[in-house]
Amino acid sequence: MKAAPEIGYRGTIHELQKRLMTRYYDDLTAIAQGGPGRSAQLLIAGNPVEVLRAFDMIPVFPEVNALQLAVRKASLPLIQKAEELGYATDNCAYVKADIGMWQGGGVAPFGTVPKPDILVCNYVGCNVYLNWFEHLAELVGAPAINIDVPFLRTPAGTPTDEDVAYVMAQLTELIQHLERITGAEFDEDKFRGIVERSARVGELWTRIKELTRRRPAPYDAYFDSVTMMAPLYCLRGTPEGLDFFERAYEEMSARAEAGTGPLPQERFRIVIEGPPPWPFLRAFRDMFSRWGAVAVASTYSTVGGLWEFGFRHDPAKPLESVARHMLEANLCNRSMLQRYSQIERYVSEWDADALVIHSVKSCRLFSAGQGDMREHFVHDRELPTLLIESDLEDPRYFSAAQLRNRIDAFFEALEQRRVTAGAIAAEAAARVPA
Amino acid sequence: MTLDVAYRDVIEDREFPTVREWRERTGGKVVGCFPVYAPVEVPYALGMLPIGLFGGGNRVEIANADSRFQSFICSIVKSTMELAFIGKLDIVDGLLFHSICDPARNLSSVMERNFPERPSVYVHLPQNMTSPHAATYLAAELRRVGAALAPIAGRPLADEDVWRSIDAYESIRDLLRRLYALRSQTPERISTGELYTLARLVTLMDPIDSAAILTAALAAAGDREARPKDRIRVVLVGSFCEQPPLELIESLEESGCYIVNDDFLQGWRWAQRGVRRNGDPYLALARSYIDDSEHLSTKHDLRRPRAHALLESVRHHRADAAIFLGAKFCEPGLFDYALYRRALDEARIPHLFLEFEEKMWLYDRVRGEVETFVESMLFAEARV
Repeated sequence: MKAAPEIGYRGTIHELQKRLMTRYYDDLTAIAQGGPGRSAQLLIAGNPVEVLRAFDMIPVFPEVNALQLAVRKASLPLIQKAEELGYATDNCAYVKADIGMWQGGGVAPFGTVPKPDILVCNYVGCNVYLNWFEHLAELVGAPAINIDVPFLRTPAGTPTDEDVAYVMAQLTELIQHLERITGAEFDEDKFRGIVERSARVGELWTRIKELTRRRPAPYDAYFDSVTMMAPLYCLRGTPEGLDFFERAYEEMSARAEAGTGPLPQERFRIVIEGPPPWPFLRAFRDMFSRWGAVAVASTYSTVGGLWEFGFRHDPAKPLESVARHMLEANLCNRSMLQRYSQIERYVSEWDADALVIHSVKSCRLFSAGQGDMREHFVHDRELPTLLIESDLEDPRYFSAAQLRNRIDAFFEALEQRRVTAGAIAAEAAARVPA
Repeated sequence: MTLDVAYRDVIEDREFPTVREWRERTGGKVVGCFPVYAPVEVPYALGMLPIGLFGGGNRVEIANADSRFQSFICSIVKSTMELAFIGKLDIVDGLLFHSICDPARNLSSVMERNFPERPSVYVHLPQNMTSPHAATYLAAELRRVGAALAPIAGRPLADEDVWRSIDAYESIRDLLRRLYALRSQTPERISTGELYTLARLVTLMDPIDSAAILTAALAAAGDREARPKDRIRVVLVGSFCEQPPLELIESLEESGCYIVNDDFLQGWRWAQRGVRRNGDPYLALARSYIDDSEHLSTKHDLRRPRAHALLESVRHHRADAAIFLGAKFCEPGLFDYALYRRALDEARIPHLFLEFEEKMWLYDRVRGEVETFVESMLFAEARV
């Protein structure tokens, strides 16, 4: 039995991220305790943080709160509390943990989440978002608005002109709402500056992602990417957020130049699809590390924004580019077939050996139809593909022994395949006359 | 009134006999519409027959589709795909899916990949009812759907055809509203099993043909002499997408309930009133959907908390209780239940939670639960 190797992935950005997020939650706690400042709740997929930051509102993402609860092993009692109130075992556990947290006044191990000044439901793909904010509106009594973002559904895979106009019109309405709530006038120059910083973050994030094309990949594009995702959403558009990504790029490129990877040896390069099991993140990582498997790309790291294929916020067209980010430059608003293409690009351009699909019960946006995804990659693309199931928030669905057996069997087969392929190649070479 | 027993078989027959007959008679194309709400006026205006696809019911065994969709995905998603695998959707030339939930959206993609010969058109329904731009957007979306279906129909779409189509479905929705009102006033005259069968038939026929059947049924039910039974009056919610077996609906009634309002097949009878005519049929339809539709589980309207709609329905229909009959794994429905439960408790309205799957065929347990619920209510009433 292999033991998980000592992982050398903990760089300075992990510490920096921790400091930034602690400060972020301290600021929110101060507001919750009656201090100055305002907050708005919105959702990760295609989030328009730039508009909120233009009004100095701190964006609060219930998904980030929920995953923080799960990582700190605090989610289960909150989920059960929500189930006592009538939520079903089949409802998204992110929502249930959040509802459970609000029953306790927003108090969490990482700080206190203030009652938001506004609930902005950026409906970008995920239908549960609509339910979630409808329930929060009742529970916390904050004003709520929906921003309806049409799904990418045309054969061209791009938004229609009407879609862009519709989202821009709703963003303008959001701005008017925020002007009323804050009493401040919308400052277009300030907004443009924030969008400019988002564009630079998008560029840096893209460069960071491109580094994992190298062998070895300097970091794990699933397990380490999640460290960078919190600043990407919570701090995008701010000077601290930009500074974080400048330092992250510096550190990751130095590792790439030095040929340092997260593991002593990179034996398998994988693409991971689906959100992580937050309550058991480390245990899950170890299941791959012990095989020398490193993620070189992941779909989960594109839920809030997909920059690596060229999208950038545009300070010359700030509102339109925020609308386009919501419409087309994030995983959640793209179809399953577009996700297949995204994975295909990762496999080919990042030179991966296999695909691992982590199917989570809570998030049907991700999971519904992943059996078809497996069929496609195994039969049409002949790519070794593993489909495993657990959950992103509810620890009751994580069966460590079962997952480990599946993962071990998969990598054993992959290793065997490699040995056999090597033997065949050697035999063929031996047959070539001198 | 006794409904022709053949209709009962028709609505559960996955050979779609009424659709085959229409196709042979007219030579027209057929569009399968996944629940909940489909803009049926658009394909009908193109000379196509929009039909309701409500999965495989309890007549189809899922042998292939469960390799595509996991065990925690609702049955209708899998059984609809299964129908395609076993050739039952060969009668359909195109498919309409809508932004009702995450599995339905992904099903649209999966169907497109597995059955490319049957184009899937995905319709994004608006979810910002407070924006004045939502109606303009939806009108543009309806036009886009028309443009996507026109090549399948083999003809372009004209505004006057859309108006004619709106009129045809208006008459159906009006008849259904009248049948629903009759049942609410005198539930002994038309059972929910009968009403459900009629409404389901609408989803499988040309509206011109089903209008005649509904008109005759309305007249027959109005003339029916029947004595009210000792039953409680209930409003039923939660069955807006996947449909329970007809036998289950009948079991609820036989267990002592008059169902005086429900959300079965709701997307086919969504309008509270007629579409207001103006110059642009798409805009008229869009405004009607946004402002005049019944409370739909899959339409999020921040102007009106959804539990209020249920409480209003209970009061309007003088119901004694509410029954939540939700499809297993239906996330939108299950979310609604949490809101309903709190509101019903606060309003002191008795309620019962039941779960079903379209493929179920034993109803004893549900029947037992409903009988106990009804008895407890009648007992409480007797004590008062």
